[in-house]
Amino acid sequence: MRALPAGDHGLLVELGSTEEAEALHAELLRRAAAGELPAVQEIVPADRTVLIDGLAEPGAFAENLASWDIPPLTRGAQRAVEVPVRYDGPDLAEVAERWGVTPREAAAVHADTEFRVAFCGFAPGFGYLSGLPDRYHVPRRATPRTKVPAGSVALAGRYTSVYPRSSPGGWQLIGTTDVTLWDAARTPAALFSPGTRVRFVPEGRT
Amino acid sequence: MTERTVAVVRAGALTTVQDLGRTGHAHLGVPRSGALDQPAHRLANRLVGNPGEAATLETTLTGCAVRVGRAVTAAVTGAPCAVTVDGRPVAWGAAVRVPAGAVLEAGPAVHGVRSYLAFSGGLAVPPVLDSRSTDVLSGLGPAPLADGAVLPLGAPHAPPPGADAVPHPGPVRELVLPVVLGPRDDWFTAGALRTLAAGGFRVSSAGNRIGLRTEGPSLERAQDGELPSEGMVLGAVQVPPDGRPVVFLADHPTTGGYPVVGVVPGAFLAAAAQAVPGTPVRFVLRSPRFRPAVQAGGVP
Repeated sequence: MRALPAGDHGLLVELGSTEEAEALHAELLRRAAAGELPAVQEIVPADRTVLIDGLAEPGAFAENLASWDIPPLTRGAQRAVEVPVRYDGPDLAEVAERWGVTPREAAAVHADTEFRVAFCGFAPGFGYLSGLPDRYHVPRRATPRTKVPAGSVALAGRYTSVYPRSSPGGWQLIGTTDVTLWDAARTPAALFSPGTRVRFVPEGRT
Repeated sequence: MTERTVAVVRAGALTTVQDLGRTGHAHLGVPRSGALDQPAHRLANRLVGNPGEAATLETTLTGCAVRVGRAVTAAVTGAPCAVTVDGRPVAWGAAVRVPAGAVLEAGPAVHGVRSYLAFSGGLAVPPVLDSRSTDVLSGLGPAPLADGAVLPLGAPHAPPPGADAVPHPGPVRELVLPVVLGPRDDWFTAGALRTLAAGGFRVSSAGNRIGLRTEGPSLERAQDGELPSEGMVLGAVQVPPDGRPVVFLADHPTTGGYPVVGVVPGAFLAAAAQAVPGTPVRFVLRSPRFRPAVQAGGVP
């Protein structure tokens, strides 16, 4: 764990892995809920970091952080959000080929994986869901699409995600969902927030 | 027309509704947004008796014109410009009574970029995540103003405070921005940091509410590739592959993969938002208030 300065009030904590970043984020939320954190504006987990912004004394907080005992992440502690999916994406065949399986088997791999929202970014409600074993990691498309439809279930790197709205995008599209990922008028607005457990359920198997 | 409204007569290049933004949602990928020149936004509100969080209009270079429904008190601050009511000149930086049905116009910025128009009661468009700000990156909040659009005003909060001497900001000959080094200054060569401190940058016309872009020398990387996505703070000086620093403003993305060489403290971002394209930029490098330390934490 390494704490880097991010301006006069920010701290970027760098960790060795996504799992460690998720564990630190969970511990920060636990301490915030218990009233054990100083005032902060934002806690932003990401791939291998957690940004804590709006600290009065980031240096003092960094020192304090060094003494924390951070419990490992407990998966399966809360109910999973279920996202019904049609595995009909234009890149499903290519992903299956990379995995050395049939498209139907690729869909089963995805649907049998227990995902967790590691962090959000790119657009409101766009979650980066971890949980896919290393052997199933796939690269982004060489040429991004100019328009990816809202509800596209996608893969890139070690993550899966769902596009909350139509946007350009370079992820491999394997399926479609009708679930609304983001609705600013809803509480909570985002279906996926860091720490949310997610399961994809093939339509017809609900 | 006797409602408490403003109807857009001339929307201008880009006029948006802005308040203090929607901090606290960055973990969902929601930018903070909010007025780029917060002191000017707060001042405009104070002049008309509004609290600082009331929503104002933020113009971009060309000003805007609106017709009020009922009579209101209004004020224009930020970038200095000609202000008129039904074509008659009135004061910039002061509370102005706009009669029912009259047109309030903020002309093109004389210098600076963004003027702020406050109305007693504030713009009362529906809030999204507790803010009425337009976020040009994610599309949250009301759409940018379009000719013919009608926006509601809230009930007046308090009578305007009366005389409040507002200094007319002078033109900015050079934008001086302190940069607190980190978190990724080690991704750049020592030469790149000297280049950053040596000047020779100018404000690019490609900037927007997301970031102030610069033209000038390119910063050389000590490491290739992209970082894994990481959280970005307001004022972050991000360096994309072309090597030209971008200073993140209110609508910046919440995460990014290009290295951040340093961070401009928030107090200097209003000046950055008012610097017209072509203005010379000088970055003054500063050490962070604490040193990064490798820690043996209890992370599994």
